[in-house]
Amino acid sequence: MKNKNKKNKIKKKGKIEMSHSQWYFLGIVILISIIVFLVVPESFNPSLGFFLTILKKIIPIFFIVFVLMFLINFLISPKQLVRYLGKKSKIGWPIAIITGIISVGPIYMWYPLLSDLQKKGVRNGFIATFLYNRAIKIPLIPLIIFYFGLAFTIVLTCVMIMASVFQGLIIDKILKIKKGG
Amino acid sequence: MDKERLRQALAKASRAMYKSLPIVFGVIILVSLVNTLVPKTFFTILFQKNIWIDSFIGSAIGSILAGNPITSYVVGGEFLKQGISLVAVTAFLVSWVTVGMVQLPAEIMLLGKKFAILRNVSAFALAIIVALITVLILSFL
Repeated sequence: MKNKNKKNKIKKKGKIEMSHSQWYFLGIVILISIIVFLVVPESFNPSLGFFLTILKKIIPIFFIVFVLMFLINFLISPKQLVRYLGKKSKIGWPIAIITGIISVGPIYMWYPLLSDLQKKGVRNGFIATFLYNRAIKIPLIPLIIFYFGLAFTIVLTCVMIMASVFQGLIIDKILKIKKGG
Repeated sequence: MDKERLRQALAKASRAMYKSLPIVFGVIILVSLVNTLVPKTFFTILFQKNIWIDSFIGSAIGSILAGNPITSYVVGGEFLKQGISLVAVTAFLVSWVTVGMVQLPAEIMLLGKKFAILRNVSAFALAIIVALITVLILSFL
């Protein structure tokens, strides 16, 4: 009984700490910004302009991520998710590669969804592979061809896809060793 | 339709979004600051015209800078014009989109310290390896 209470307290404490930590992070960032603006006042306007431009761009992506999270929670049970993207999954690699390539918006917009999937048992290697493949942006391919040529673009894309799987395997292996599994 | 399941799914998604909102805002502020304070041309003077050192420097610069990949193509194109090797520029392009020093605190908070550090360190090393392999393959074409 005592042990159960202790465990609950730790769980509760952990939750409280987590719910505060993100606000501490935002507070520290705002504090750093204020110091920077006091030291370099001319950086305020361009920073604010850049901030508002990104914000405008990510609002629709934030909505997409929210809808995806809702749909995954509603339609897919954690058991199904683990079957397709868990430790024993074989089709996880192509899923991680394709979803990584077609996903849009800045990388940090996907952290909440990935965090949710990670808690549900999705393999860390797949998450890493997804994040690596976000580097391949289909709409930007004409631009990279313009700057660096067609051969460079094709070779780089293929090498990056292979590297993404390699990174996923390394991460799985190292995290498994650290866990002692 | 299962109304209770619908309500639970909506509550879970809202809670997760609410928890990550301050982190995302913090990262956007940091990205804006770095983008404004660090002029892209400053980094050109760091390159040593040595393929190994330059690929390391290219990967390091790409890891620190953040923003739209389009910017990395433009900056990478400028680096090439200034005589920086293709290996260094490729390492720069790859690390720009795969390593995120600015986003690292947010990644640690949401995906875990071990995972975030391991992912970024391995992505940094892989940027150099990917650059070397890409340029090697291109030399045979």
